[in-house]
Amino acid sequence: MIDYLGSNSDVVLAALRQHVGLAFLPLLIGVVLALPVGYLGVRFGWLYHPLLNASGIVYSIPSLALFVTLPYVLGTQVLSPVNIVVALSLYTLALMARTVADGLRSVDPSLTEAATAMGYRRTRRLVEVELPLALPVVLAGVRVAAVSNISLVSVGALIGIGGLGALFTRGFQLFYTAPILVGVVLSVLLAAVTDLVIVSVQRAVTPWTRATTRRA
Amino acid sequence: MITFEHIRKQFPDGTVAVDDLDLELPTGKITVFVGPSGCGKTTSLRMINRMVEPTSGRILVDGEDVLGKDPAVLRRGIGYVIQHAGLFPHRTIVDNVATVPHLLGRNKTERRRSALELLERVGLPATFADRYPSQLSGGQQQRVGVARALAADPPVMLMDEPFSAVDPVVRDQLQQEFLRLQSELGKTIALVTHDIDEAVKLGDTIAVFRAGGHLAQVGTPQELLERPADDFVRDFVGRDRGFRGLSFESAAGLAVRPLTDAGTAARLVLDDGGRPVSWEGAGLTGGSAAVDGTFTATDSLRLVTDLALSSPVGVAVRVDGAGRADGLVPHHDLVDHLAARRSTA
Repeated sequence: MIDYLGSNSDVVLAALRQHVGLAFLPLLIGVVLALPVGYLGVRFGWLYHPLLNASGIVYSIPSLALFVTLPYVLGTQVLSPVNIVVALSLYTLALMARTVADGLRSVDPSLTEAATAMGYRRTRRLVEVELPLALPVVLAGVRVAAVSNISLVSVGALIGIGGLGALFTRGFQLFYTAPILVGVVLSVLLAAVTDLVIVSVQRAVTPWTRATTRRA
Repeated sequence: MITFEHIRKQFPDGTVAVDDLDLELPTGKITVFVGPSGCGKTTSLRMINRMVEPTSGRILVDGEDVLGKDPAVLRRGIGYVIQHAGLFPHRTIVDNVATVPHLLGRNKTERRRSALELLERVGLPATFADRYPSQLSGGQQQRVGVARALAADPPVMLMDEPFSAVDPVVRDQLQQEFLRLQSELGKTIALVTHDIDEAVKLGDTIAVFRAGGHLAQVGTPQELLERPADDFVRDFVGRDRGFRGLSFESAAGLAVRPLTDAGTAARLVLDDGGRPVSWEGAGLTGGSAAVDGTFTATDSLRLVTDLALSSPVGVAVRVDGAGRADGLVPHHDLVDHLAARRSTA
């Protein structure tokens, strides 16, 4: 395995870079789209249940099926990374729209009311009160979506673009375990590091959730 | 001054919460809205800052119709305190207090300085400034809630059951401090409570609501206790209103006996400074009992009555400004005094 790494470091690094890009670009797109969609699901209560259903349906589509049908829907090349990005963005959106809606719904209504009574208008209240209070729930969702994306990128190897997943297909073709092992270890490491980074961000931006109860 | 003119609120389901309310809340005074649940008192309060919109009628704050103003701008000019304080858990205490100045666009240094001043004013140490609300007790959070309402120095404050969620000892303390604060600030305050004792303690004026949003009576606490308008108010004010009414009468006109003439077998023992220490007499357990509480001429008849009733020998002890005993009131003298006052009233 070490030998393999030594002689193929450029291949492995390229695979890792591609893997990171294919996992995080959709994460970003999905989260950015999920914020307004999730908000609408709360603002207009009748949208909440349709939103849950749609999210469940999207999430139940097998990833490989989505990868191979998207070129027909989007008119892209079968081997284009755009397919992976769009598919994973959809999964992230499905997961995160629901999480954003649940996060916003978890905010104590008496607090939004207090904010209104202090003189907050709706948009500023959303940004300064509701979203910060929804952050613990939203960031928990981001952790799940990030790790899920990292594992799904590998599936893309079956249609020729899979980041570290390409190491698996290569290993299988060559009956050679070293690339498979390197791919597995790096995938797990990437997921672990990502999770750690998100948790650190969460701790940094939600200090109040860890404030110890000191009563004087 | 806050004026309700023919205010009516009917909810979409047809319930009439408030029906043709006419009421004036005098400037610089505390007006308490009191009544059973569902009587429309909270709805009435919340119409002042447009958290609830009236179906018809007008509400004027210092002559200006609140319905003619931008709700957010209106609300920034009216302090608001709610039952569980409603502090923002993600903001530090000082940032919570500075909420309205923040909305008004004041700069950060000035916000912090005035917030720290207010914390001190409501009796919280500056060390609390950078804590989060979850690190404070319920009573402390409620103080922060009051500081937050005062932060932009609004002339009008609305308080919705502000002291209901804390235990009785803390509540009493918060009420005392609130009255002290109000005596310095002189805000025009509307306060909602379901607790008639709180209403009597805090209100300059009390508006008693009955179900369906009708006013049963408006008056000073003393008027309410002495002359309830009807059976509803009489019931609501409670059975011991006669006793509580004594809170408003001074002990100044009460005749006292010399210290040697307690009218009982017991004898009052003083210390070297003339301050009362204990009662001594054969009838007492162990031959003596401590003097537990005294009154001065400026205290209320309620306190004197309570002292006479709870004293082991049935005698209340009056002291002068320096704490020296200067007179005795046995309970039978007190009863005579109360009866005479009733017949001349």
